[in-house]
Amino acid sequence: MTQSGYAAERETTEGRVFTVTGGDWDTITENIDPLSNEKIVVNMGPQHPSTHGVLRLVLELEGETCVECRPVVGYLHTGIEKNLEYRNWTQGVTFVTRMDYLSNMFNEVGYCLAVERLLGIEDQITERATTIRVMFMELQRIASHLVWLGTTGLELGAISMMLYGFREREYILDIFEETSGLRMNNGYIRPGGLSQDLPESAVRKIRDFLGYMPKKLREYENMLSGQVIWHERTQGVAVLDVTGCLALGVTGPVLRASGLAWDLRKTMPYCGYETYDFDVPTATTADVWGRYQVRVAEIRESLKIVEQALDRLRPGPIWISDKKIAWPAQLALGVDGLGNSLEHVAKIMGQSMEALIHHFKLVTEGFRVPPGQVYIGIEHPRGEMGVHAVSDGGTHPYRVHYRDPSFVNLQAIPAMAEGALIADVIAGGASLDPVMGGCDR
Amino acid sequence: MTSQPGSDGGVPATQPVGAHIDAPAQTPSSPHKGMFGVMGTGDVSGFGGLARRAPAVADGSRPFGGYFDEVYDALEEAYPGFSDAVEKVVVDRGELTLHIEPQRIAEVCQTMRDDEALRFELCSSVDAVDYLGTDHRRFHVSYQLTSMTYRRRVRLEAAVAEGVTLPSVTGVYPTADWQEREVYDMFGVVFTGHPNLTRILMPDDWEGHPQRKDYPLGGVPVEYKGAEIPPPDQRRVYQ
Repeated sequence: MTQSGYAAERETTEGRVFTVTGGDWDTITENIDPLSNEKIVVNMGPQHPSTHGVLRLVLELEGETCVECRPVVGYLHTGIEKNLEYRNWTQGVTFVTRMDYLSNMFNEVGYCLAVERLLGIEDQITERATTIRVMFMELQRIASHLVWLGTTGLELGAISMMLYGFREREYILDIFEETSGLRMNNGYIRPGGLSQDLPESAVRKIRDFLGYMPKKLREYENMLSGQVIWHERTQGVAVLDVTGCLALGVTGPVLRASGLAWDLRKTMPYCGYETYDFDVPTATTADVWGRYQVRVAEIRESLKIVEQALDRLRPGPIWISDKKIAWPAQLALGVDGLGNSLEHVAKIMGQSMEALIHHFKLVTEGFRVPPGQVYIGIEHPRGEMGVHAVSDGGTHPYRVHYRDPSFVNLQAIPAMAEGALIADVIAGGASLDPVMGGCDR
Repeated sequence: MTSQPGSDGGVPATQPVGAHIDAPAQTPSSPHKGMFGVMGTGDVSGFGGLARRAPAVADGSRPFGGYFDEVYDALEEAYPGFSDAVEKVVVDRGELTLHIEPQRIAEVCQTMRDDEALRFELCSSVDAVDYLGTDHRRFHVSYQLTSMTYRRRVRLEAAVAEGVTLPSVTGVYPTADWQEREVYDMFGVVFTGHPNLTRILMPDDWEGHPQRKDYPLGGVPVEYKGAEIPPPDQRRVYQ
C-alpha cells in the first residue's frame, strides 16, 4: 500500500483501489484523475449538423462541461449589402430576399418599407397590397417557426418532429409557389406594391391550410409537451433573463420567453398591424422550454392574423397609382417561370411606343429616390430586423444595412453555454434559432 | 477629397472602371427633375459605376415635432456637455438624427440609456456609411437607439475621418460588440476600448475593407462559350 496525495492506494486485479480516511473529496479526486483538469478545445462546426448552418463554436471543455465558448461567424458572407449598391432599387429585392433564407418575406417587406419611406409613398400603398404583405409575413413566420421546431426536435432527439415540421412547412411554400412562382427567395414584394396579384387558387390553399394547421399543432404538442426527455432537455437549460437579453440586444421569442412582451407588431406597429386582433405570447421561465412554448403559441397567433387578413381581402390594385414607380409589366406565370404576360408584350411592342419607352426606362434604369436615410424595424421570427437604407438621390441604393436578428442574437451563445454541459450548448444555440444566411449576409 | 483610394493598405490601387469617386459633390437641389434621367454616365446597366451625390443633410429647427423635442430637451438637461456634443439635429421622414461629436459618443449613449426621461435601453443597430468625396469625415457611424419604456427611436450619428478612432459603446451597450466589429471589418473604423476588435465577417487575413466606396465590387471574369465576361463592376461603361 502506497500513499498518493491524501489517499492510500493499492493495486488489485480490478485496478487501483483507494482507501480514503477524511479529507476533501475534490482534492482527492483531483490528484488521481488527470482528465479532470485537462482542458480540451473542440471546434464545433462550421460543418456540424447541429449548428444550424455554418456556425463555428470554439468550445473549451473540462470533461463534459463547457468553460468557454467563442462563436465564429462569417462563413456565409456573400457581400449582399455591397452588391445592392450596384443595382437599382427594385433589383435590390432579389438580393435581400436571399439573406435570411427562412424568412424571405420579412427581408423583402423591410426593404420595401424602407424604400417607400425614402420615396415618401408609405400612405399610397394600396390596402390590398398591405394586407397580402401581412398575410405572407405571418405565413412565413409559421414556416420559419416550423423549421425551428423541426430542427430543434432533431437536435434534442425527437427526430419525427423534424419530418412533421418540414412536411407542414411545405404547404406554406406551396402557397408561395402558387403566387410568386418560387418556394423560397420569392422576390415577391416590391417597392410600391407586389410583383403580382394573389391568385384565387392560392386563396383556396390558404383556407385549406388554416383548417389543417391547428390540428397538426395539437399533435406536435401532444408529442412534445408532456414528454419527459423533452422536459429534461429544455427546462432550466440555457437561461437568459430580461437583463441579459437587453444587454446583449436579444429580441424576439427569446426575449418574450424571459417575460418581456416586446413585439414590434404591437409596440411600434407597421403595415397596419394595430388593426389586427392577436396576442403577444410570453413565458417567464427564460429557458429553452419557454422559447418552445412562445414559438408554438406564436404560430397560433399568426394563424389568427392570416385568417383576419384573408377575410378583409378585397379586390383592388396591388400597385401604387404613381406610374413613375409602379412596375409597368403585367406579369404572368408561364411554363418557364414568372415573366411578362404575352398580352402586355404585344401591347407595348405593337401599339404604344410611349409605353415601351416608359417600360424600358423604368426597368433598366429604375426610379430616383430622394436623398436621405431611414431605419425600419419590423418583427422578424427571430427578433427585430432593422433596415437602414441611405439614398444619395440616385437610382441605386447608396447603402443598405440589415440589422439581422440572427447576427445580434448569436452573441448570447457564450452567456448561455459557459458553465453548461456540452449537450445544453446545442439546446441553447438551437433555441436562438440562428440562420447563418441572415447572420453573415 | 481628403483620402486617396488605395492608401488604406491592401485596397487595390486600381480604381474600378467608371467609378466616380472624384465626382463633384452635388447638392440635393441638383437640376434633376422627376424620377428619371441619369445625368452622369448615362449607363443603364448599373454596372458602370456610381455617380455620387451629397446626402441631404438639413438642420432641423424647433419645434421638431412629435416626441423629438422631449428627447432633445431631456438630453440637454441630463448631459452637461450637450452644447459641445451635439453638432447638428436632423429631422427627416419622421426620424430624428442627432449628429454627435465623435469623441463623446460613448458618454452620450450612457446618458441616453440611464436618464429617466430618456431610457433608451436597447441599441438596435450600429452600422456605418462611407460618404467618400462628399464629406471629409467620410465614415458616418450611426447608432439606432430604441426606448422600450417610451417606445421611441433615435439615431445618433458620429462622423470620423479616415484614421480617426471612435470610443466604443460596448461598455454601455454590450450588444454593440459584434456590430462594431462588423463596422471595423467593413470600413476600417477603429473603436477604442472595444474588448476584441477583430474581423468578423471577412477572413482574418483579408486585406482592405469591402464596404468602402473605393473598394471595388470585384468578382472573377466569367467565361461563357469561349468569350470572357469581366467582373460586374468592369463590364460596360457609357461615357
